[in-house]
Amino acid sequence: MTTPLLKVDSLTKEFVVEQSLFGKPLQTLRAVDDVSLELHPGETLGIVGESGCGKTTLGRLILRLLDPTSGRIHFKGQDITDLSRSEVREIRRYLQVVFQDPYSSLNPRLRVVDIIGEPLTNFGFSNSQAKKRVAEVMEVVGLLPEWMARFPHAFSGGQRQRIGIARALSIEPNLIVCDEAVSALDVSIQAQILNLFQEIQKKLQLSLIFITHNLGVVRHVSDRIAVMYLGQVVELASENDLFTQPQHPYTKALISAVPEPDPASKSQRITLEGEIPSPVNPPSGCYFHTRCPRSSELCRKKRPKMEEVLPSRWVRCHFPETGLRS
Amino acid sequence: MNKTYQSITDPGCERGGSTLLQVDDLMISFTTLRGQLKVVENVSFSLQRGEIVGLVGESGSGKSVTALALMRLLGQEGRIDRGTINLDGQDIMSLTAAEMLSIRGREVAMIFQEPMTSLNPVYTVGFQIAEILQEHFGMSRRETMKKAADLLKLVGIPDAQQRIYDYPHQLSGGMRQRVMIAMAMACEPKILIADEPTTALDVTIQAQILDLINDLRSRFGTAVLLITHDMGVIASIAQRVIVMYAGRMVEEGPVQDIFAAPRHPYTQLLLRTIPRVKQKLARLEVIEGTTPSPTHFPPGCRFHTRCPDAVDRCSSEQPALTQISPTHRVACLRSDEPHFKPGSGK
Repeated sequence: MTTPLLKVDSLTKEFVVEQSLFGKPLQTLRAVDDVSLELHPGETLGIVGESGCGKTTLGRLILRLLDPTSGRIHFKGQDITDLSRSEVREIRRYLQVVFQDPYSSLNPRLRVVDIIGEPLTNFGFSNSQAKKRVAEVMEVVGLLPEWMARFPHAFSGGQRQRIGIARALSIEPNLIVCDEAVSALDVSIQAQILNLFQEIQKKLQLSLIFITHNLGVVRHVSDRIAVMYLGQVVELASENDLFTQPQHPYTKALISAVPEPDPASKSQRITLEGEIPSPVNPPSGCYFHTRCPRSSELCRKKRPKMEEVLPSRWVRCHFPETGLRS
Repeated sequence: MNKTYQSITDPGCERGGSTLLQVDDLMISFTTLRGQLKVVENVSFSLQRGEIVGLVGESGSGKSVTALALMRLLGQEGRIDRGTINLDGQDIMSLTAAEMLSIRGREVAMIFQEPMTSLNPVYTVGFQIAEILQEHFGMSRRETMKKAADLLKLVGIPDAQQRIYDYPHQLSGGMRQRVMIAMAMACEPKILIADEPTTALDVTIQAQILDLINDLRSRFGTAVLLITHDMGVIASIAQRVIVMYAGRMVEEGPVQDIFAAPRHPYTQLLLRTIPRVKQKLARLEVIEGTTPSPTHFPPGCRFHTRCPDAVDRCSSEQPALTQISPTHRVACLRSDEPHFKPGSGK
């Protein structure tokens, strides 16, 4: 096995919800709770979960936009957990991001050439070099290089997302974190952008972390997928294993809840009762036991650990589907 | 019109068959700085008692504007230029503003995508439901609060008796949408218009809300016009589908027919662009280009600029909505060709 490009070890992030007069934390919220992951070169890791599950916070921790409370992040063999701000800037050369909203993530006062070229000028490209490279990446993402003097408002939503992708690609990073990168787009445009990611990845040997709430999208783009619930990864498996034989009851319910665009397939929908508990005050034992159809006394008392129940299939559940430990 | 209030849990209502809403040749335009802009035209459809009809299209296709027109809620700039809207024997277009007030909420109710922006943050949810009952039925304050609790129970909110004193911010997104549905059902409307009711919700909560809408439909015989961009939602609860593109209807038919054998190239391609949960496709189908804006609708068939099947006449001739079976209509110039495979590019 190749050495991982990115290695995340028991990463945890707590936010202070309420503090005393003198700044002593009174109540904390654990947005990311003991997450461990690996990502290999050229691989796409999908991170999927409902709102408030911590998937965006995890992405921001990996990008070092937030500082973790505990745990380590290794990127390209280097421990980047405690890097200073200026050192993090250097890392950005290899680690880029694409955001959800193509309207708010582009500066309306900059021309496309300056938006896409910004990472390049930051890393010492001359203006003429940068311009040449901008023209190249614009072509890669399907934009005409002659549009580079235009402002973002002249572009449609799908084209703006291409600009955002071009900006991330311009510096030739090793890893791009895509946080809901296609969620704001119409399906016909979404398909264009998803295909674009696949093409680019094949061409450039990029690694991607694809954060989304959309299960169809995550299945389409990912090699491996991590399912998150209340800050924890509850299941981690290859795309095919996860969707054909989900091990965690939450994964199973989540997949079954997605309405398929096919009226003939009236498959069994597992409707989960209730709602996601507040992460400020998570349930005892297994976080999912309040909504789990399989929960027992053990689940209420003991928090399950992440375990490899089958080769390369990790689950955080006392009673995974395989029933290996009945 | 002189409906008296009956217990909301009383299932005594007729079901199926009769036409509640008939829309013919609707044309809507907006006044803009650049002049009068036609955003919707040639929209005709009907809604039967107790049926769920999906209205599907991408952003800017005119689906929400069509729904607002049914309630005559287009605002200052919007105008219905042509067409008729007949609601259970009444011509909506000829009603005065005051008469419309008694229709909205009582005969036709509407729920929106983001429940937080539709609820008033400074009043309790119980008060907001009670307000509707007072307005339409002149019930006393005590009666209305009791009814409000009943309605919250009806839409599956636990502890309804306590929740009526909650403010909207104290409830989760899913619970707020349930409150909106309770408000919409307060007068047992004949028609419920739901504009992207689950788009802002998580999938597990979406499943609960769709179940609720379907349950209310079967209990009260309410006709539901479900506006969404999500073909999956349509497939799981609607009986019929209307597909819109660039302000015009392109196809209409029973859910089974539209999904199994769509006859318009746009419908066909749209279904193939969706990443599926059931199977992983090597590559998604792509519809080249972007949806045109009302300022730049192309001449002829509006889809011809992106259509793989377009022939010469598509750029000059506008296709009419044509009946191809008793229940299926399509607006494509090539739909009558015997061996035409929509979306194949041949």
